[in-house]
Amino acid sequence: MAIFQVPNIDIVGISACVPEAEFNNSNYDWITEKERETLIKTIGVQKKRHAKKGTTTADLCNIAADKLINDLNWNRSEIDILIFVSQSRDYIIPATAGLLQEKLSLSKTCIAFDISLGCSGFVYGLSVIGSMMSTGKIKKGLLLTGDISTLNTSYKDKSAFPLFGDAGTATAIELKDDTQSMMFNLQTDGSGYDAIIISDGGIRNFADKDSSFEYHKISEGIFRNNFNIALDGIKVFNFSLREVKPNIIKLLQEYGLSTDDIDYFVFHQANKLMNETIRKQLKLDPDKVPSSLQDFGNTSSASIPLTIVTELCDKVKNSKFTFLLSGFGVGLSWGSVILKTENIICPELLIYKD
Amino acid sequence: MNITDFIKKIEEEFEDLQPNSLSPNDVLQEKFTWDSINALIFLAHVNVEYDVEITADELVKSITVKDLYDLVESKYKKAE
Repeated sequence: MAIFQVPNIDIVGISACVPEAEFNNSNYDWITEKERETLIKTIGVQKKRHAKKGTTTADLCNIAADKLINDLNWNRSEIDILIFVSQSRDYIIPATAGLLQEKLSLSKTCIAFDISLGCSGFVYGLSVIGSMMSTGKIKKGLLLTGDISTLNTSYKDKSAFPLFGDAGTATAIELKDDTQSMMFNLQTDGSGYDAIIISDGGIRNFADKDSSFEYHKISEGIFRNNFNIALDGIKVFNFSLREVKPNIIKLLQEYGLSTDDIDYFVFHQANKLMNETIRKQLKLDPDKVPSSLQDFGNTSSASIPLTIVTELCDKVKNSKFTFLLSGFGVGLSWGSVILKTENIICPELLIYKD
Repeated sequence: MNITDFIKKIEEEFEDLQPNSLSPNDVLQEKFTWDSINALIFLAHVNVEYDVEITADELVKSITVKDLYDLVESKYKKAE
């Protein structure tokens, strides 16, 4: 079982950046007004941000990281690791992390690579960067996470279009002797690989000028092509309701903790119905479970840091907290981490004028 | 669990439904919008209330309120 601790690692700052253009689901005219009302109420997404064509996730992460480095007064030459977690890379090859190393004027002694994960990506990314920094005695590192999901979502797909928003985030991490270990529980079930999938454009189904672009009717209100995100709502829903709670309970038990020991539970922002059901399963007070779904939708691996920035910024800047963060979805991949923060740098949400 | 409580809780869960408006032999499609969103709301409801997981295929096969009850009850018993 992948339950483990990473010692001597401290989150010292979190920032997030979203594109300027807002899409309001009240204007989603592919479905009827009644359908729209039920949908907005159930998934909990009123508005979300849409990047313009040509803007990349790396552009958003670059703004978030640049501001964070400046606010921390970090010397850029001391940043020796950068990990980019995303499923919306700049190019098929090379990895995007290198482009960010260059854009951010980091040193050539810097480790930089990509991790391809979505909903669980922030927690997974934190475990990788934390482990490498802890064992390699690397003093400063950047974890950049996020996705632009709106570009490859079909407008005529009511099961996916209203859900997703775009965002990029940066998390600054330092090696520190006197901090409490981060505690992780990470899991995978690849048998559900097709529950959230873009089927064409990789090597398995190479891009084809005809079949990849052709629109199919999947069911009533759902039309898409093979470059679009396909979401099996019920499958993802059942998976999350089955797996997230036991993952969290096992992690707490392993380290002798209970839900009362946690100040805030920040969940991947999947949709309101799913997040509320998980909250009820764990019998958590709503005040301990912040949400940014209403204004930003589901922003994939950006959703956890984005929620901390938009909902808890003033608090995390001035106080100490114990967090339980949990991401779950595409892969299927899921994981949770328990960690402490104290007076971290948290700039206001940044807007990318694309 | 019993079917009276089961129905009462469904009536509370869905805004479209008035109290005491559902009977066991009612056809779901005729009583309210039995679409994908309401199906998810139902899945969430039985998960929290009875700790039961229902698949899309099983849901499609349920035509009446009693079909739904029998489905949830069979799984609830197994879980016990």
